Amino acid sequence: MLGKLDWSAIPFDQPIPLVAGAVVLVAILGVLFWVVVKGHLPYLWDEWITSVDHKRIGVMYILLASVMLLRGGSDAIMMRIQQAVAYQSQGYLPPEHYNQIFSAHGTIMIFFVAMPFVIGLMNLVVPLQLGVRDVAFPTLNSVGFWLTATGALLVNISLVVGEFARTGWLAFPPLSGLSYSPGVGVDYYAWSLQISGVGTLVAGINLVTTVLKLRTKGMNYLRMPMFCWTTLASNLLIVAAFPILTATLAMLLLDRYLGFHFFTNEAGGNVMMFMNLIWAWGHPEVYILVLPAFGIFSEVVSTFSGKALFGYRSMVLATMAICVVSFMVWLHHFFTMGAGPDVNAIFGIASMIIAIPTGVKIYNWLFTMYGGRIRFATPMLWSVGFMVTFIIGGLTGVLVAVPPADFMLHNSMFLVAHFHNVIIGGVLFGAFAGFEYWFPKAFGFRLDERWGKAAFWFTFTGFYVTFMPLYIAGMLGMTRRLQHYDVAAWRPWMIVAAFGMAVLSIGVICQIMQLVVSIRNREALRDRTGDPWDGRSLEWATSSPPPVFNFAFHPDVRGEDAYWDMKTRAQQQSFDHDVPGYQDIEMPRNSPTGFICAFFASIMGFALIWHIWWMVILGGIGAFATFVVFAWRDHDEYVIPAEEVARIDRINLEERRSLVSMAGAV
Amino acid sequence: MSMTATVGHAHADPHHIGIVIEHPGPASKRIVTAYGFWVFLLSDIVMFSCFFAAYAVLSGQTAGGPSGAEIFEQRNVAIETVCLLLSSFTCGMASIAADVRNRFWFYLGMAVTCVLGLIFLVIEFREFADLVARGYGPSRSAFLTSFFSLVGCHGLHVSAGVLWLLTMMAQVFAKGFRADVLRRMMCFALFWHALDIIWVGVFSVVYLLGGAP
Repeated sequence: MLGKLDWSAIPFDQPIPLVAGAVVLVAILGVLFWVVVKGHLPYLWDEWITSVDHKRIGVMYILLASVMLLRGGSDAIMMRIQQAVAYQSQGYLPPEHYNQIFSAHGTIMIFFVAMPFVIGLMNLVVPLQLGVRDVAFPTLNSVGFWLTATGALLVNISLVVGEFARTGWLAFPPLSGLSYSPGVGVDYYAWSLQISGVGTLVAGINLVTTVLKLRTKGMNYLRMPMFCWTTLASNLLIVAAFPILTATLAMLLLDRYLGFHFFTNEAGGNVMMFMNLIWAWGHPEVYILVLPAFGIFSEVVSTFSGKALFGYRSMVLATMAICVVSFMVWLHHFFTMGAGPDVNAIFGIASMIIAIPTGVKIYNWLFTMYGGRIRFATPMLWSVGFMVTFIIGGLTGVLVAVPPADFMLHNSMFLVAHFHNVIIGGVLFGAFAGFEYWFPKAFGFRLDERWGKAAFWFTFTGFYVTFMPLYIAGMLGMTRRLQHYDVAAWRPWMIVAAFGMAVLSIGVICQIMQLVVSIRNREALRDRTGDPWDGRSLEWATSSPPPVFNFAFHPDVRGEDAYWDMKTRAQQQSFDHDVPGYQDIEMPRNSPTGFICAFFASIMGFALIWHIWWMVILGGIGAFATFVVFAWRDHDEYVIPAEEVARIDRINLEERRSLVSMAGAV
Repeated sequence: MSMTATVGHAHADPHHIGIVIEHPGPASKRIVTAYGFWVFLLSDIVMFSCFFAAYAVLSGQTAGGPSGAEIFEQRNVAIETVCLLLSSFTCGMASIAADVRNRFWFYLGMAVTCVLGLIFLVIEFREFADLVARGYGPSRSAFLTSFFSLVGCHGLHVSAGVLWLLTMMAQVFAKGFRADVLRRMMCFALFWHALDIIWVGVFSVVYLLGGAP
């Protein structure tokens, strides 16, 4: 009846996951209770859960990422403490638990923190920057988000019901095969990634189509803000790479469920094929994450330097070059496989070549700052911190791209330090910069600068104190994923790293405090103009938060930095908007399709993990029925009448006129 | 806030080529939908390419079991291929009928497409069932694993296509040739033709190359 599921799946003998699970459960129930009692449920359902508004969906993506960041961060803290204490002892985490923690940490941080964070920012900002009213497929957008949330849900369920994979974040066979991992851990891993992977693919298709087919009048390709370009590159990579992940995990699942022989040691299976396939997805994946971050830095640096981006066209070229070359370097993740010197040399050189367009970008940002009137607001601090940190990470990356050096450093703590250096220093700093930069746009008030700066400095310092020691430990020969060790020379570095983790945690607390304080002081921090940073691109041309239709008129773009251009012209011509002819606007209706689909996907995923076959069929039928019901509806759009559009737009225009006259007075 | 800093190079023709094509604005819904579906099909083809790659790597790994030449029956595969290619033609007829709002020819075209798809699926299913009965299931060897996965993945796509086809017929029956129904029909046609292209790959790589003695 319930497949492999019985009471032994609940880890009654392990207090840590049980207590953590209980706390989370109580918190969720508490929030639900509060929502229901206060009568917020209809609001949540109408305005958020069923919303197909790209801005709302973007915010929900970022919320999901923030919650999962806390989960993944807790795993990181536990690992750092374990390695600080487990010198010639077992520490406090038994090996099977420790292995689950590092696997969950990697999986969560990549798939459920970094991915939703950047996809959320792209969703929120790109249609605004392109001057359009929504993404190409609004309902599908909602489906994509909720499927991602389903994946996150399954990973978290594994904390309490059953176990998570003990295989590392990429589940290499034969360890992840049925003979060495007979439990449900790898199944949790694979199904949650399959489901959220579909969500990511949907988001990728949606954003590619949005950038290529939905741009306002005059928004030629070479007038798009840099963030739109990096969004395009990143989502092209999603479309080309995520199907590889889907296929690879499907093969692994076929091996596990139906006794196939893709990656087994028997009957001619080929383990190295898994390595090639998973990294053919995995390497583009790191650029899927970091390219949008590059876009964010481009926007931030240009805005806070008060200058147009230096070398815009070279930046576009560099972005697209990275997009292409990122598909030609996957083998550097396993130089030690023994493919021979020729193959290793080619992939080593290709890996080093990627440093060239990246270097172009760094110089472009530096030259953008050069001679500019720089304001060191929080987003700018994250950007400058990124440039310093990312260069170090890039240099160690070029080092491990040299095959002979890689043979020494492969799977060592040096490697761990390197990829944290680029992912934290690149992606996470970028996500935070974007968060600080676009928060006023999303919510209509700015974030508190003092807490923001404190968060930056603690995170920045904490990062260095945590990860520089890991480079040294790697040089001293420490391999990754050690539950305990007996080498005295490593110990001091592990203790320093644990201390650094504490500093990093203070940074996270400051980040939370910033949010709390800013929400409390939101009236004082209110952004009435829609343009709090003196911005340059079109998202600042509408109010904060933007109306549901974003723009009353599709803006007419005449060049790069479209909004800057408009402001300059308006200053010369004194904003002579004669009252324009407003028209009705058609917007897509809200739809629970995404939520219901994800509901059935959750049921199906859980049933597949535990081999509850009748429930799988039930979930499948439910998902299909949801689509048919969606396809059957007669009204998929509603109309905002012209008077309403005019009313909303006039309020915004009034605020802006006062801004311009004030600026004129100065 | 002051706005005195330098203005970006705001002209559309920085190299003075003399040709400036202003982007006309957002594309129509029909174009956006078809374009997005194309992008999806490309990603689907990438997924198939992984199974093709796996087949290429593993096709020699028979582990003492049968090789392709011993188990493939060219006659059945030829019938399958004819069915699928013909169904592409009838699917095209149904698309044209939908464009000119002709219900009779639409239903007829779709029905024939459906029957041809089902014949294809039955033949494939019988081939699979026969192999499994002879002890040559996917667990027998890595070659058979990759064969069943690649061909089966295509078969699953065709099955999903048949389900979609029936849903489309029901939709036209219930809603008529509405704009959104026509857009979906266009996507379905793209999907069905793409499956044909993939079958040409399967036919060539698996049955022709693998069937050679």
